[in-house]
Amino acid sequence: MADHIHNSMTCDQLLGMLADYLDGQSRDEVCHEIEAHISECSNCRVVVDTTRKTISLVHACNDEPINIPDDVRERLFQKLNLVRQFPPQTD
Amino acid sequence: MNVQTAQVFSIEALKSGDPDEFARLVDAYSGPVYRLGLRMLRREQDAEDVLQNTFLKVLQHIRNFEERSSLSTWIYRIAANEALMMLRKMRPEVDLDDQGADDDEKYMPHLFTDWGALPESSLESGEAKKYLENAIVALPPSLRVVFILRDIEGLSIKETSEALSLTETNVKTRLLRARLNLREQLSVYFNEQFPRENVDG
Repeated sequence: MADHIHNSMTCDQLLGMLADYLDGQSRDEVCHEIEAHISECSNCRVVVDTTRKTISLVHACNDEPINIPDDVRERLFQKLNLVRQFPPQTD
Repeated sequence: MNVQTAQVFSIEALKSGDPDEFARLVDAYSGPVYRLGLRMLRREQDAEDVLQNTFLKVLQHIRNFEERSSLSTWIYRIAANEALMMLRKMRPEVDLDDQGADDDEKYMPHLFTDWGALPESSLESGEAKKYLENAIVALPPSLRVVFILRDIEGLSIKETSEALSLTETNVKTRLLRARLNLREQLSVYFNEQFPRENVDG
């Protein structure tokens, strides 16, 4: 990515701060600097938006509880010497 | 933290060998551990080995669990170690310690297609999800394991660093690289699938 300066922050500097920003861990002044930068730099705006969307998409694909196949569970319980009379909890 | 692993367990009952409490623990964590094994090793048989070895170790060491981290982080730590150990045995040539850590250029964004504005139906189609899943399992293992624990299993940065014995800074660096890598790959995919709907493409 070409490194431009917008509002004293370069694109490289923005990338360095992106992890905390996306996790909502940036200080307020850093958030303001990032937001000022992306209001003027369309490439960085796209990177921020699509990275955020990537994370949402990952969450959307993984929000269901996972159950292991019945035969895998049976072998696991045998291995652990746990006799389980009841089906696994599904909630 | 996901729904399954948000349950509360009695450490005292687990330490005293209560089989019902241990079975409940296994039922809560076997899904996430199996999924981690599948994504790290790709083969069902290997994922099952990770699953069995993880819970055998949990059973064997629970009496010595000192609660310096949460029970959840401790289980993920054992599971991640098992998966990485198996990977190291199977593919000794793979770089698990991220020796290319300074290679920032490799993870710099190159595509600026604004696919984030596409409708949910396009973003969350079965094909897009499959593409994303393939992109996750194709990540370098040192990034993949961090990404799985943080963005899929929902551990915090601190918990991920405890589970993998990495500094928090290292976790953040690897996580960002993983996210940027997946973003880049999804940009390729959506650019090919919806060329006319792109804002910037």
